[in-house]
Amino acid sequence: MTARSPRPKTALKVDNLSKTFGLSRSFFGRSRPGVRAVRPVSFEVSAGETLGVVGESGCGKSTLARMLVGLTPPTGGQIEIEGKALNNADPAEFGRLIQYVFQDPISSLNPRKSIRQIIEAPLKLLHGMNRAERAARIREIFASVNLREDFLDRYPHEFSGGQAQRITIARALAAQARILILDEPVSALDVSVQAQVLNLLRALKQEFGLTYLFISHDLAVVEAVSDRVIVLYFGAVVEVGRAEKIFKNPKHPYTSLLAESAPVVGRALRAPEQKDSELPDPLNPPTGCAFAGRCPRATDLCRTTEPPLSQMGEDQFAACHHPL
Amino acid sequence: MRKFFGLLFRNRLASLGAVVLGAIVVLVLITPILPLQNPDITATADRFQRPFSPGHLLGTDHLGRDLLARLLYGTRLSLAVGAAAALIAGIIGSAIGITAGYFGGRVDNLIMRGVDMLMAFPYILLALAIVAALGPGLMNALFAVAAVNIPFFARNIRGITVGLAGREFIDAAKLSGMGHLRIILTELLPNVLPVIIIAMSTTVGWMILETAGLSFLGLGSQPPQADLGSMLGEARSALITSPHTSVVPGVMIFLIVMSINLLGDGVRDALDPRLRSGALSRPSATTLVDRRGDVPPPTDDLLAIQDLQTEFRVGARTYKAVGGVSLSVRPGECLGLIGESGSGKSVTALSVMGLVASPPGVITGGAVRFQGEDLIGAAYEDLRRKRGDRVAYIFQDPLSTLHPLYRVGDQLAEAIRSHHPVSKAEARRRAIDLFAAVRIPNAEARITNFPHEMSGGMRQRVGIAMALANDPDVIIADEPTTALDVTVQAQILTLLDDLRRERGLAIIFITHDFGVVGQLCDRVAVMYAGRIVEEGPTGAVLARPAHPYTRRLIACVPELGQGRRELAAIPGLPPEVSNLPPGCAFAPRCDKARDLCRKGEIALAGPGARRVRCLFPEEDPA
Repeated sequence: MTARSPRPKTALKVDNLSKTFGLSRSFFGRSRPGVRAVRPVSFEVSAGETLGVVGESGCGKSTLARMLVGLTPPTGGQIEIEGKALNNADPAEFGRLIQYVFQDPISSLNPRKSIRQIIEAPLKLLHGMNRAERAARIREIFASVNLREDFLDRYPHEFSGGQAQRITIARALAAQARILILDEPVSALDVSVQAQVLNLLRALKQEFGLTYLFISHDLAVVEAVSDRVIVLYFGAVVEVGRAEKIFKNPKHPYTSLLAESAPVVGRALRAPEQKDSELPDPLNPPTGCAFAGRCPRATDLCRTTEPPLSQMGEDQFAACHHPL
Repeated sequence: MRKFFGLLFRNRLASLGAVVLGAIVVLVLITPILPLQNPDITATADRFQRPFSPGHLLGTDHLGRDLLARLLYGTRLSLAVGAAAALIAGIIGSAIGITAGYFGGRVDNLIMRGVDMLMAFPYILLALAIVAALGPGLMNALFAVAAVNIPFFARNIRGITVGLAGREFIDAAKLSGMGHLRIILTELLPNVLPVIIIAMSTTVGWMILETAGLSFLGLGSQPPQADLGSMLGEARSALITSPHTSVVPGVMIFLIVMSINLLGDGVRDALDPRLRSGALSRPSATTLVDRRGDVPPPTDDLLAIQDLQTEFRVGARTYKAVGGVSLSVRPGECLGLIGESGSGKSVTALSVMGLVASPPGVITGGAVRFQGEDLIGAAYEDLRRKRGDRVAYIFQDPLSTLHPLYRVGDQLAEAIRSHHPVSKAEARRRAIDLFAAVRIPNAEARITNFPHEMSGGMRQRVGIAMALANDPDVIIADEPTTALDVTVQAQILTLLDDLRRERGLAIIFITHDFGVVGQLCDRVAVMYAGRIVEEGPTGAVLARPAHPYTRRLIACVPELGQGRRELAAIPGLPPEVSNLPPGCAFAPRCDKARDLCRKGEIALAGPGARRVRCLFPEEDPA
């Protein structure tokens, strides 16, 4: 890595970041309510930490991730990366500091470009390297992600999912960002390959001192790679805690529901206790706690007042009126 | 490139078009050096000479000019103008389309509404207006024809671009520091170029016709300059007395446009990836059967798959997707079939009812016996009666298996009525019962929903209700919970488990998830590279895996509650089923493999229900 200013202790700081889609005026000038994909969310990731983000489809985790790399402009709030506030949603400026690894490796590689062209783009455009510097840097990166250099002149369709995901990780490393957003990086891969990629990510983190934001719907994977975990439900953080504690000792009923639903060999099959399996309608959100409709512990208080995120035990926060 | 020409010339009509067009192009290219008369010199004394008259091979026109010379020079001009118009329209239209599609939002709206306005005028009227404004002349006619065709390209290319602009590689390019122009030129353009070429090749002929039309009306080429349209226009008055003056340019227009269209269709078919992979060749109603060897004798199982072999024949390569698989289920039993992608588990399942697409799928051996009766090679009508009635399927993605335009209740009723002669009201009543059986709350109201109005979990319940509609004996569930969230998955699995206990259903459950198998299945079979490598009671296989592949695959799966750790991985990749190694398919990745593993057939052997295909199993599978 090239020498840069001494790194701040907080790699990524997010303050009340929110996104509302479809916030526009209708034809007759009445303002229509938008879909609040991400409600105001605040968290910090320290340098060298892996923060896991879990939640079901539609909980806003991908929208959150896209805002963090400048691909989606936020509706409100602040993003601070390595002490530098970035609110202009310019992916090129974000790119040097923070990079994104996509869920589907094949579709995140342009089918008509060779691997060399793909990897060289960030080196050329973000760092203005000349040909010799680029070749040296690519050799270095390919060695770190265990890819052979003769792959460079091939095209994406020639690779298996696991290899392609290593190529996309190589591209993210080429940008020399110290923070990577990993958006379901292994869920499109088979289990035997999934483990290869997860172990590679762990090794790279040590080698380059990276900070990860690891998004997944698979609790077991998140637990295996993360230091801390935040649980999202309906666009809001419902619980934050240490990875080793949060699923074993959840405070929020939703975290507990997630943990009990994960299929585990040897545990008898039964649907965990919940009243309704439907998510709330995003166009017509409920008042109070969004989980109240599915929660077996919900009371009238839950249906009227939104619970704030408050400390429950050491290092653990949950947004619940009646924690477990 | 060679592949492209190979495909193109396999199409006979396209080859014919290429030959005719090639001949015409060569002819007009060498026109200036041919010993022709000057096409513009009039000789009124020789007017309207018939073809084959001395000195005038094709005769002369109303001013005594040599028709052959005028035809060749005219064709030269018409071809050039048509091609130029196509190029101009293609470039401008594609630029507009890519810009609109890439930026989207307001830019898209503004541009495309403008294009819509252009399209609202009848094209010939628009062309006439443009020429009227600019004045007659061949160049102006060219501009008019190009302008009229811009919307066609713009709309086509915009549609393709919108699809591409949402793809992840565009986001990745933005994060690599690329600006808009660079993304459009280096990321989008190479991907839409085939579409632009297809659109051009199919419209050049049309543009030549349009230019000829304008010239015919006297708005294109001006006398004495000849092009095909003006030749026709001038010959119009002598149509009855000297028909050859109109027939000669008419035939040439016909030949050009026909040959271009035939070639253009050929180019489109050869370039379009969907057509190239044979998606338009209609698959047959059941999988082709080409069985070699003996058919195994019947057993007393409810459903028995016996030594099934299914291949895909693509060109010269044969992919042995299923290489001799034997499985069986009894009533009320749940059999798990587990394997990674490409292991052949779905093809095994689809082969049961002859649902593997043919071509390219062919069943080459073995038998599938339902209550003793062999289904492989059974008559279509026989299979159709059993499909969904005795053996039903549940697929991974209910959104793609339910018809988006029909109400779910009607689809369910149709599934019932196609097997049983019941009234509509009775079918509806049964549909409501089924919805209640799969625990869809508010069944009465929900049957009038369209699929898009339901959540993923609810849709999969409809999929299960559909499978249950005719009270089948066997359900084959192909990754039914993979697309669902964990909380919903738990509910669906519980539902399937209850149903098989209540109704004595046999379930073949295909998955890649050991957790799911462990919770639901009585027995499990593990597939690798098209074959079963291990089978046995679920508890025994999961607790004491005998095949090294099973053991190491289980070790790869992270389990909740074990904390941060290094995960076990299997280095390497599964072999390609078109090129399987001799001996054990897992040997190249196995740390216990010896020379003996790499040769000869290894049998699936073991005591009783517990069997393993390994010479050196992990432990005695007793």
